[in-house]
Amino acid sequence: MSVSDDLGCTTALDEPPDAVHVPAPRRRDSEGKVDLDRRQFLDRLLTMGATGLAAALGGGYVLGSTVGPVFAEDSDTSTKQKYRYGMVIDTRRCVGCKACMAACKTENKTPPGVYYTVVVEDTRNSDVDRPLFMTKPCFHCEHPPCTKVCPVSATFKREQDGIVVVDYDRCIGCRYCITACPYGARYFDFGDNYDITAPDGAWADVPSPEYNQFRVRAEDESPIGNVRKCTFCLHLQDAEGKYSKEEGRWPACAKTCTGHAIHFGDFMDPESEVSRLLVERQAVRLKEELGTEPNVYYLL
Amino acid sequence: MEIWMKRLFWAGGGLFFAIGIFGWFDRLSNGHINAHYGSVITWGLWVAAYIFFIGLSAGSFLISSLVYVFGVKRFESIGRIALFQALITLTLALLAIWVDLGHMSRAFNVFAFPNFKSAMAWMIWLYTAYFVLLAVEMWFLLRRDLAAGAQGTGFRAKFYKVLSFGTKNISDESVTRDRKVVKVLATIGVPVAIMFHGGVGALFGVVAARPGWNSGLFPILFLLSALASGGAMLMLVLAIFQGGWHRNSEAIVSLGRMVLGLLILDVIFQASEWLVAGYGNVPGHVEGLKLIFSGPYWWVFWVWQLLLGTAIPIVILASKKGRSPLWAAAAGLLIAMGFIGVRLNIVIPALATEEVRGLTDAVSNKRISTDYFPSLMEWAVTLGIVGLGLLMFGLGEYLLPDAADGDYPLSNSPEEVSHVPA
Repeated sequence: MSVSDDLGCTTALDEPPDAVHVPAPRRRDSEGKVDLDRRQFLDRLLTMGATGLAAALGGGYVLGSTVGPVFAEDSDTSTKQKYRYGMVIDTRRCVGCKACMAACKTENKTPPGVYYTVVVEDTRNSDVDRPLFMTKPCFHCEHPPCTKVCPVSATFKREQDGIVVVDYDRCIGCRYCITACPYGARYFDFGDNYDITAPDGAWADVPSPEYNQFRVRAEDESPIGNVRKCTFCLHLQDAEGKYSKEEGRWPACAKTCTGHAIHFGDFMDPESEVSRLLVERQAVRLKEELGTEPNVYYLL
Repeated sequence: MEIWMKRLFWAGGGLFFAIGIFGWFDRLSNGHINAHYGSVITWGLWVAAYIFFIGLSAGSFLISSLVYVFGVKRFESIGRIALFQALITLTLALLAIWVDLGHMSRAFNVFAFPNFKSAMAWMIWLYTAYFVLLAVEMWFLLRRDLAAGAQGTGFRAKFYKVLSFGTKNISDESVTRDRKVVKVLATIGVPVAIMFHGGVGALFGVVAARPGWNSGLFPILFLLSALASGGAMLMLVLAIFQGGWHRNSEAIVSLGRMVLGLLILDVIFQASEWLVAGYGNVPGHVEGLKLIFSGPYWWVFWVWQLLLGTAIPIVILASKKGRSPLWAAAAGLLIAMGFIGVRLNIVIPALATEEVRGLTDAVSNKRISTDYFPSLMEWAVTLGIVGLGLLMFGLGEYLLPDAADGDYPLSNSPEEVSHVPA
């Protein structure tokens, strides 16, 4: 029952959870249905045998990935959202150290030019003594404009936890989603390498745990030539789809944040730290006018 | 036949094609490493080239349909070459967008894993249908001449035999039947062309995240630009091919009048877009416009697009010079080239703004930048595509039956199916 304990001002909250200002279940239905349509269509396609063509084209990878553990769920869970993961980022606690960027790079082994989070500094009010830093991961919007435009349905919002993912084996690399994201959260993997991750580098053979796929970076192979983005480190979820701060299975940026500015959690759970922060503090989201409903909030 | 034009044409085609080989080799062996677009300006020269070529294709197809659907006599002699231009430029457009993909081998995923909510997916399905339709229509237009040519001997006859798929009927009745098929195909083609090219405009128009694109005018503007640029390019092509500007003078001048009207309409539409956005002065919206008018590439708009591509050709076409086929063709060249600038200014400035302030300063990486100038590899690939187009045009004229003696020269005997010497 304690909120923002890292602020040092423990607050007991006895209000009923209903008071939590989280538009969770209300939003789920429409989006859930929409994703279902896609899934239903794929099912129909399967029976039509079109996937045979797909398997031939993708050398089996394409088909494999659609039924892999990351992107598909058991039928009993597929229609039900269990979690709505998101972040509440306290800009007053952010010191601009960029540890989140470094932690993210180390965790996901992203190449140069691919940043699942960046720390931007607002220099507009330079007279004010306090600079404003803002770490900006993917917002995993309730209504993501990026997934709608994908011509091959390679990027979509997961039904069970609302995380927006990219199927590397299906993505054709057209980059339409990059243009459609209003927040600059998507990056194209051009195939650039750091010295240490280059083919002869010391880290060349270390796979990236992303999506639990453990890919070793190789020329001409995905994710090179794909669009990449923040996954809330979903490879750290357990089989149930749960994260655990105690066990260290927590998004790398939030885990490492020196000022405890990045709060991560489940908005469906009214007791979660993020839900309570939204009740307690005034939070804003970026570009509300676009109706994307980001799941990442900022405290000013 | 202007021999110097032909020579210039073949030399240009060969040179560009040769340069293209290096570009394509680099692209295919190194992927996107040597490209200069990034994750901010994520679409560059190739996407601009794509919408340029696909506009030419839709425009020239719609002009050919004036003959085959609406029976406009004045353009009867240019129907075939307009359709041929539509086919070639569509091929070039598809090459330009294909090379832009991160995984070229997965292009067919758009059929295997369709997303009915994606404007891009619809556009791809529609232009696939359009491609098939164009090819079939072209074949029915040429069928009789191919069948006739196949009856001779030598290389050309063999080539025609393959292309004619074994049809031998050269009777007038068969031509009447072909003509009916062509009319049906062209009639289906008109809405398909309007939908798919409107779809190209919609692909940009629906992106709410980019205020510079997010306008209901875009699909319509794309159609107008297509007609103007396609018609202008056709004027140039007619001045070089099928007897050149001597023989096609009437068609060139008539086309010039039509293109003049379309170009003025296009300018009015674009001006409306800029004026409304500029008056509103909403930062996100005018940021891109400011880049067009006074950014580092201001000259693309003021010099290339407005002066060379719009003002000068309008003066030529509206004055007495417009009645001279050579001047009109020159205006066509200027208009067509000007539309390359239009395309670049559609794609790039709308992307060249930070979506979140400070994003490009947050990291020091050349891919996270609002600066973009195409790399050598990008230029070479694009030139290669242009060169291929020129060569295909030249080969098409050399190998395919010439229709400039009047479409369907019914009285011609097989040996009279003439070929313009190169």
